[in-house]
Amino acid sequence: MSAIERSTQQEPIRHKGAAARRASRVRTAALWMVLVLLATAAAYIFWGRDRLPAIEVLQVLGGESVPGTGFILMEDRLPRLVVGALAGAGLGLSGALFQRWLGNPLASPDVIGVGFGASAAAIAAMIVFGVNDWKLNAFALAGGLAVAAVIYWLSASGQRTGSRLILAGLAIGAVLQALIQFLLTQAEVNTASDAMRWLTGSLSASTWERAAVLGVGLGAVGVLALPVVLSQLKLLELGEDAAAALGLHVGRARMLLVFAAVALGAIPIAVTGPLAFVAFLAGPITAALSRGAIHVPLAGLTGATLVVVANFFAANLFAQINLPVGVITGAFGAPFLIWVLVRANSTGNGG
Amino acid sequence: MTATESTLRAAAERSGPGLRRKLGAVALLVLLLAAALLASLLLGARSVGLDSVLAALADFDPMDGGQVVVQSRLARTAGAVVVGAALGLAGAGLQGLTRNPLADTGILGLNAGSSLAVVVVAALLGAASLPLLMAAAFLGAALVMALVYLVASVGREGATPIKLALGGAALAVGIGSITNTILMISKSTFDEFRRWQIGSLSAGSMETYLLAVPVIAAGALLVLSTARACNAVAMGEDTALALGFNLKRSRLLGSIGVVLLAGTATAVAGPIAFVGLMIPHAVRLLVGGDYRWIMPASLLAGPVLLLLADTAGRLVLPPSEIQVGVMCAMLGGPIFIIMMRSGMKSVKL
Repeated sequence: MSAIERSTQQEPIRHKGAAARRASRVRTAALWMVLVLLATAAAYIFWGRDRLPAIEVLQVLGGESVPGTGFILMEDRLPRLVVGALAGAGLGLSGALFQRWLGNPLASPDVIGVGFGASAAAIAAMIVFGVNDWKLNAFALAGGLAVAAVIYWLSASGQRTGSRLILAGLAIGAVLQALIQFLLTQAEVNTASDAMRWLTGSLSASTWERAAVLGVGLGAVGVLALPVVLSQLKLLELGEDAAAALGLHVGRARMLLVFAAVALGAIPIAVTGPLAFVAFLAGPITAALSRGAIHVPLAGLTGATLVVVANFFAANLFAQINLPVGVITGAFGAPFLIWVLVRANSTGNGG
Repeated sequence: MTATESTLRAAAERSGPGLRRKLGAVALLVLLLAAALLASLLLGARSVGLDSVLAALADFDPMDGGQVVVQSRLARTAGAVVVGAALGLAGAGLQGLTRNPLADTGILGLNAGSSLAVVVVAALLGAASLPLLMAAAFLGAALVMALVYLVASVGREGATPIKLALGGAALAVGIGSITNTILMISKSTFDEFRRWQIGSLSAGSMETYLLAVPVIAAGALLVLSTARACNAVAMGEDTALALGFNLKRSRLLGSIGVVLLAGTATAVAGPIAFVGLMIPHAVRLLVGGDYRWIMPASLLAGPVLLLLADTAGRLVLPPSEIQVGVMCAMLGGPIFIIMMRSGMKSVKL
């Protein structure tokens, strides 16, 4: 038996061991994420913008009605937590899908323009048509999908879509940003500063109703499309020719993936605004934790944790100035961003 | 003349168009600039005749409505010239020094860094003087420039154009969210900077733009001094080193120049993207790949673009106007995509 044959025989075994180790790392990371998420959520229930008496909180949670505390808890803190966690999960999943599909950690929806598409459509709806309810979601989704379609169409002429798609998205993102800025100058100062607040990403408008919209929207995409997309993604990553040879309808699979990724990102954007860097960071964090490729479901969990933790900090560190949570994710995200850049650069992927 | 110089000159002359065509291109740019200047003074929500312009320039009569309009347009016209020249040359310098066809002061995040610094200083000090704001803008842009180099210097293959572009875009998103926060906390700063933040020439006064001139001239000289080094870098970094160029020194001087140009332009007119991207590429079509020609020609072409964009912004939606920053992005985005789809096949992304 030659050396070559022996090494090909050993390959699957070694591979299996690595996969098992990685799966256990993913499980450990997921466990820690859930713990941090729950601990922060619990802490936030007691220590929000102002401290609530522990006994009263427990009474409310036990089902008794306590005036004041009950209202703060049921109408402000809990909906915030639910909306924040759901939005973070959607953004994290969306970012990880894009990053995996394009094979580039920098290619998250907030960098390649899809996020700006959703934002621009929602801002236009807000300022031009005065929309301020669940219809914003429809606008944001439509805006995100429109941008995704344009980018896709622009970049589809080449053989390899990855880097062209990213560049096209970059350019369209810049145009849309200019459009958003222009719309903001056309508005009255108060609307403009509302829109600006939303643009940074804020949980302050969270209600149970919005949580329900978010939950239904994300739930539908998550349950109906995500499992299919995840299994098809594995094939797509082998290369489109190989995927087609394995019997995958590549065009349809890609379309479904783009739709799911955009929807998962645009639905939260309509409710909370584009929470800076959540979509961008969730994926690379999972890659670092599991020491492998970006793990999509874990990225959803990571996104939720990021937003809930950022919300806790926003409420406790800067309580007086009432900062929106997107500022925290933006400011604390920036150093991580540089880390991602350097990491992408030193491993040689990223373009 | 040394062997180095003759090699370089031969390489530059072999590739580009002849001297007569280059001089013709420069003459064309001068003519375009004159036409754009005139258009900027004549056209707007209220268009005036040529006689009003001449009268306003020669002997200003404050009672004549047409002349008052011209007078009010003088400042923004001057601003477009100063800012356009700065951004055009900054783009040429960045593209040459980093050997990166996608380099632009907006795309690499320099403008965002300047904006953040300006907004921070304005929010902390209330009304800050222009020199202070310019200094802040310089520091902000310098910091981002250093970050860009830091990111670019890590890794085996260095920074590919797309990596730098994406990294810059991501940095700009992060910096922008911090800028937005500060604007949100301070409502007065928000009102003051709302227009500026998009890139607008309508707010500045003549004094503002004239104050920027010496700084921009200094930055321009620094960038222009690196033209030969840029030519050498275009042939490959190893070749440049072998030819005896001190690349570290050229990059440092050039970067200081670029940061001076971009920071000052942002301080007086707000962040305006894509000018630094479009101008060097447009100019390259006219004068070829020699940076000793690209850089001065960019100084002429930048103002043309900004004057036309500003004038068009006044004409699209009268009586309201579209800020020059928005116009440049609307124009620059599609051009960026066209470049990417057609001309960029030769460029390794």
